Amino acid sequence: MINSSLTELSSALARKEISSAELTQLFLDRARRLNPAFNAFITLDPQASLAQARAADQRIAQGKAQPLTGIPVALKDILCTKGWLTTCGSRILSNFVAPYDAHVVEKLEGAGAVNLGKTNMDEFAMGSSSETSHYGPVANPWDRGAVPGGSSGGSAVAVAARLAPAALGTDTGGSIRQPAAMCGISGLKPTYGVVSRYGLIAFASSLDQCGPMAKSAADLALLLSTVAGFDPRDSTSLERPAEDYSHALAEPIAGLRIGLPKEFFGEGLSADVGVAVQAAITEYQRLGCRVVDVDLPRTRFSVPAYYVLAPAEASSNLARFDGVRYGYRAPQYADLRDMYMKTRAQGFGAEVKRRILVGTYVLSHGYYEAYYLQAQKIRRLIAQDFAEAFQRCDVIMGPTSPTTAFKLGTRTADPVQMYLSDIYTIPAPLAGIPGLSIPCGFGDGKRPVGLQIMGNYFQEARMLNAAHQYQRVTDWHLRIPPGLD
Amino acid sequence: MRWEVVIGLETHAQLSTAAKMFSGASTAFGAAPNTQACAVDLALPGVLPAANRGAVERAIRFGLAVGGTINGRSVFARKNYFYPDLPKGYQISQYELPIVRGGSISVRLGATQKSVRLTRAHLEEDAGKSLHEDFRGMSGIDLNRAGTPLLEIVSEPDMRSAEEAVAYAKTLHALVRWIGICDGNMQEGSFRCDANVSIRPEGSEQLGTRCEIKNLNSFRFLERAVEYEVQRQIEILSAGGTVVQQTRLYDPDRDETRSLRSKEDAQDYRYFPDPDLPPLEVTQAWVEQVRKGLPELPEAKRERFQRELGLSLYDASVLTASREMATYFEDTVCALPGQAKLCANWVMGELSGRLNKEGLDIAQSPLPASALAALLRRFADGTISGKVAKDVFEVLWKGGGDVDQIIEARGLKQISDVDQIEKIVEAIISANPAQVAEFRAGKQKAFNFLVGQAMKASRGKANPEQLNEILRRRLSG
Repeated sequence: MINSSLTELSSALARKEISSAELTQLFLDRARRLNPAFNAFITLDPQASLAQARAADQRIAQGKAQPLTGIPVALKDILCTKGWLTTCGSRILSNFVAPYDAHVVEKLEGAGAVNLGKTNMDEFAMGSSSETSHYGPVANPWDRGAVPGGSSGGSAVAVAARLAPAALGTDTGGSIRQPAAMCGISGLKPTYGVVSRYGLIAFASSLDQCGPMAKSAADLALLLSTVAGFDPRDSTSLERPAEDYSHALAEPIAGLRIGLPKEFFGEGLSADVGVAVQAAITEYQRLGCRVVDVDLPRTRFSVPAYYVLAPAEASSNLARFDGVRYGYRAPQYADLRDMYMKTRAQGFGAEVKRRILVGTYVLSHGYYEAYYLQAQKIRRLIAQDFAEAFQRCDVIMGPTSPTTAFKLGTRTADPVQMYLSDIYTIPAPLAGIPGLSIPCGFGDGKRPVGLQIMGNYFQEARMLNAAHQYQRVTDWHLRIPPGLD
Repeated sequence: MRWEVVIGLETHAQLSTAAKMFSGASTAFGAAPNTQACAVDLALPGVLPAANRGAVERAIRFGLAVGGTINGRSVFARKNYFYPDLPKGYQISQYELPIVRGGSISVRLGATQKSVRLTRAHLEEDAGKSLHEDFRGMSGIDLNRAGTPLLEIVSEPDMRSAEEAVAYAKTLHALVRWIGICDGNMQEGSFRCDANVSIRPEGSEQLGTRCEIKNLNSFRFLERAVEYEVQRQIEILSAGGTVVQQTRLYDPDRDETRSLRSKEDAQDYRYFPDPDLPPLEVTQAWVEQVRKGLPELPEAKRERFQRELGLSLYDASVLTASREMATYFEDTVCALPGQAKLCANWVMGELSGRLNKEGLDIAQSPLPASALAALLRRFADGTISGKVAKDVFEVLWKGGGDVDQIIEARGLKQISDVDQIEKIVEAIISANPAQVAEFRAGKQKAFNFLVGQAMKASRGKANPEQLNEILRRRLSG
């Protein structure tokens, strides 16, 4: 059961082979037993989850089930969930019980899915290793001394360790795809605007996007079809007809043009990752795909541009955490200014503070033009690079991350090293295009390697089709970390 | 040295939408604290703004009314600063690209008109309110006002006196109410001004250092604050000092302005385009649709009153001071064509005087325009005298009713019957031989006395012209 696809679980529920309450209990038991080892969940609330499961069982009994009805899904703790502690991995929200549901949570609930729990993450999604959480680091199930990637490390580990059938994560510079790669699961960051950000606690508003994390591309398609859709409360949400992202999964991919950007295969790419990715490309060629070389010359400016824009937006987005209306407030202070300073000094961790400082700096009078506006220009140029590349290919493939999961604590002292682990995932959100990662083998130390597939705007169905066809002929996505089956 | 005063105003007009600028919460005034603040207004984690179309439309209406340019693409920006009544830690405003650029307001100063140029008008949200009393050493925050839509209207430094500044503010106030974008309620803060004041030697082209006086919420305060500030700056410069660029507050109790902060303490607001809100697109079709819905504007109406109805600039200006006044006047004239001057005199005189006395707005007049027109019709056609008309006005004001019935029932019809007037005149002449003699001896005063006696005898109903003529004939005969 723990290795079943969402479609298989759905059938089992429909055939009454198992009830949602039993299925939920099964995963809750696993989560409770294994969470001390992985720290994947910040909050588990079995009573709340089981109440939802029983409601789902009634719905199934009434014949009103949808594909996700009764299926437990873990939620990154950045998504507001009514009545649930919603911490964003931060001390400053360590007492915040959300009074409303994020749009994606409403969507899941509407489909009858069960909230299995809230997953651990880098504080405010700022990190690539899930080590900056106020609730402690998350361990990688493939190598418990290694990080799971980040920031959606808790969601990735919940799926990889089979503590949850699927999860939602969020991606700003790679926070879905990079942990998916490092944990050997599948994860998709949709086109910007496809999924509403309402209720997603903002890190960098122009980049943040919520997306599914699961064992397979087919599961991603099912989840994305449920959470995507226009929401008038999010002015950046796009008004488009609803799409069934599963419809094209089975189509043959012979003739598909795969663009390989040489910028993704150069210096900095570790050899073991390169080998696994090359093998995956060869597999695609065997499936009849054509490989074309493409250039993304300006993507080499992605990391610096991202580390201007994302902190700039974050410095403003996080101003609301001031101790006035909700969240943590310093217990003792002399006056208003002191209350602000102590609250934020105590409430935020080091990485969040670093980014607030950087962001404040680049927006300051006299620096705005040199940093912020310059970075916006680079952003447009990167989007241009992709637009040109997609005239010559249907999808772009490459490694998701330059290395496999690194050891806990090895990069925390060197922010730039840490930031470079997102070098291949940052270009897609800068351009607003979708990207996904699927497992494509193992590198040194038997740690998973991810293959990244990027597509043009709204090409999710085609990307999922390509990923699914690969997963039909490979079994990397079915591998379970040692000792967890 | 003679000094020239230079004033520019920034005016915040609260837009009259039911919901807030970026949330669905109500904008109604006076609710219990924090009962009209939704998740978006409270800046809960994860919430997002969505612009209110009604507010945008009102901004377009304003831009068209002042002859400004409506930008097809304007940008919401974040103005970042920390304050407890600013829940997000930033205010959403428009910075580099406002929705309206340019335009002007024509202001009447006595018998002349002056055009004040506008720099821009932009959309923004209001902050909440900090309450520093009644909390025993703590402050209270009321976020009901947070997110209320505002149009900030920025003028060029075109005003040269406190009087001009007030005239501009009053004209602008009338305009925003006229076009229905703001209720203009100054006590509730729906219309408030910041004044930028500087002085320079007369004849100088260069602007002096300015001080900004914040949050003036009455025309009187605006006038006093500017006058005080001008005097203060003259004293400094006359004594050889220099004016320091400052933000100042006007204290009405002490009738003075005092420094709030100087330019050196000015915060860096770190403006940048709000990534939660795509650029605001206003299509030409939308602009045209709004244009079609615009009422005739005060200036156009005033010109038309002068041109078509032959009113003086003064009369036409007074009658177009508010849309309600103009509507009342037009309704009256419409029912009594050809008597514009008569209607103007009564609306501006008897009616306005009575409304003022009772503290009523013209929209609340117990006497509808149709009733005033019916009354004036009987005056114009000679049925009643002017004096009687005022009496009937009083009756109508207090209890209403039909003009003709009142005249009939109270026997107020003017006497225009020659025989009847002859009889009255005869009786007066024989009853007042002394005055008759005086008149014949050349004393004009005696004639006036006799007219008065005759009018009294007719209980005010005698046609005054006929009475005059008959009396004069009989006395000279």
